[in-house]
Formats: sequence, structure tokens, C-alpha cells
Amino acid sequence: MARIIVDEKVCKGCSMCIHACPKKIIALAKDRLNAKGYHPAELTDEAACVGCAACATMCPDSAITVER
Amino acid sequence: MAVVFKKPSTLTDAPLHYCPGCTHGIIHRLVAEAIEELGIDGKTVGVASVGCSVMCYDYFTCDMVQAPHGRAQAVATGIKRARPEDVVFTYQGDGDLAAIGTAETVHAATRGENITVIFVNNAIYGMTGGQMAPTSLPNQVTQTTPYGRDVNTAGYPVRICEMLSTLDGVALAQRVTVDNVKNVNIAKKAIKKAFQNQIEGKGYSIVEVLSTCPTNWGMSPVEALDWLEKNMVPYYPLGVYKDGTKGDRLK
Repeated sequence: MARIIVDEKVCKGCSMCIHACPKKIIALAKDRLNAKGYHPAELTDEAACVGCAACATMCPDSAITVER
Repeated sequence: MAVVFKKPSTLTDAPLHYCPGCTHGIIHRLVAEAIEELGIDGKTVGVASVGCSVMCYDYFTCDMVQAPHGRAQAVATGIKRARPEDVVFTYQGDGDLAAIGTAETVHAATRGENITVIFVNNAIYGMTGGQMAPTSLPNQVTQTTPYGRDVNTAGYPVRICEMLSTLDGVALAQRVTVDNVKNVNIAKKAIKKAFQNQIEGKGYSIVEVLSTCPTNWGMSPVEALDWLEKNMVPYYPLGVYKDGTKGDRLK
């Protein structure tokens, strides 16, 4: 049981978390934009998340909190 | 569920001004994590450079000074000598440390100043719009080398860690990168060691971090990570170039 929480205010949609995720369960939320005008990253399958924190390790904006 | 990863308390809430995917943000976090884990937030003084990282005083919770272009290590020398109980680090890019600040860098290193230097090398001038830096690779296309860097007129890139590792004042000279999770973890250990060396009084410690500049390289952030691995790492080999205490080769 694990999950990530993305701080959508500071996410710049750079996609480095998507590239780093070994489970490939992070995507940009194409249905919304944040105040900066970026599509923020979101977890697409909470059941598959193992909480490895690879996404948070590669996030340049420290926008990801990982719980496990 | 317990929190296993979060933004370190030694970074402020200010959102970073860097471009999307710029690895400055990762390196900021690694420095902040080292300060947090060593418990030195209350006695750390950082010195910011000129370049994209010029405003990093907004992002660290420790005291920060912003030095004139290239002079961060001269300023850090003054702070450290006046307040030897404080932990003093500089955070400089390649256009600052390896260009206009080369003299200050070499002489702070050869004097064996007991400071920590975080050197972010992205092989280009980022803030001013992507001009050739001393660290730009041969044949690299930049704003000022539109046909690629011609080594016959522009010379060859400077390898700072190799150069400084010949100096006896240096305790640690290590090159790392942040292009994947494994390398970020290696970089974190190196940065923490560079701070630990200063606390133990070992001498000048420099960690060179190969970084990306997706905007000025003209790539997406993920493509830039790949370009770094395929082009920069072969020219700037990762590894430890010196690890000891200042003056240990003279004993």
C-alpha cells in the first residue's frame, strides 16, 4: 500500500517522474492546468504504486511526497 | 501509511524559478538534504553565484550571501576565516566557477580553504540565453557556436575536477551526475561527504555535478537526461579524483 501526492501548484509538467517510474503509473493530467499553465503529473493506478520514491528522487521541484 | 519521502525542511516554500526539468532543482534538494541530515542548518552560510542559480538565496533556509560574478569562493574564504565555526558552502555554475571565477577557484583550492564547493556543470551559459561556456563540448551547438564549438578557435573544454585534484589543498574532488535515480543517490552521498569533510577540517571539497539545460540545449527534459549521459559523461568521466585530507601527499 503506497501512494504519491503531487503538489500541483509547483509541478511544471517536466515528465521526469514519468520517465523514472518503474511501474509506469504516472501521467500528465491532460484534463487540467495549474496556475502556471502546466499539466501536472498524477498517479494513474494507486494500487500498483510500491512507494519506491524514484519519481520524487528525480523531481526537480520537490513536488512529490511519497507515503508507504 | 508513513511519509517516506518529502521536501526537506531546509528548503523554503518558494517555488523554484528554474525551467521545467532543470536539474538545478534536484541538486538544490540534495544540498538541502545534506544540511538537514547533518543538523547544521543553524550554522550554515551559503554563497550564491551569478547565473541561473543567482537567486538560490530564496530557496535555502540557511543564511545566504550573493557574490559578484565568479567570486563566490573568495567571499566564502572571508566568511569561513571570520567565522570558522560556521559551515560555508558555495553553489556555482560553470559559467561562474570555470570561466570568470577560475582564478578564485584555483587559488581557494590551492590554499586549502576549509569550504564546500558545489559546482553545477551544464556545458552552457543558461541564464544569458545559451552561449558557449568553457565547458561546452567540442562541436556542441550553442548561440555563439552555431556550427558547433570549433576547438581550433575556441579551444577545449575545461575539466575542473581533474585540474584541481593535482593541488595539495584539495581534500575531495568528485564528479557526479543526476541523470537517473542511482546517480542522484551517488551525488547525494558525495555532497554530504563534502560537508562532512569541512566539519572535520579536512580542507577544500568540491563536488562537480553534471547537469542539464533542456531550454538552451533545445530538448525536452527527458531527452536532455539522455543527451547528458551519451555526450557529457564520456567527456567528463564520473568518479572520485581526490579523496583525503589537504596536504596528505606531502607527508
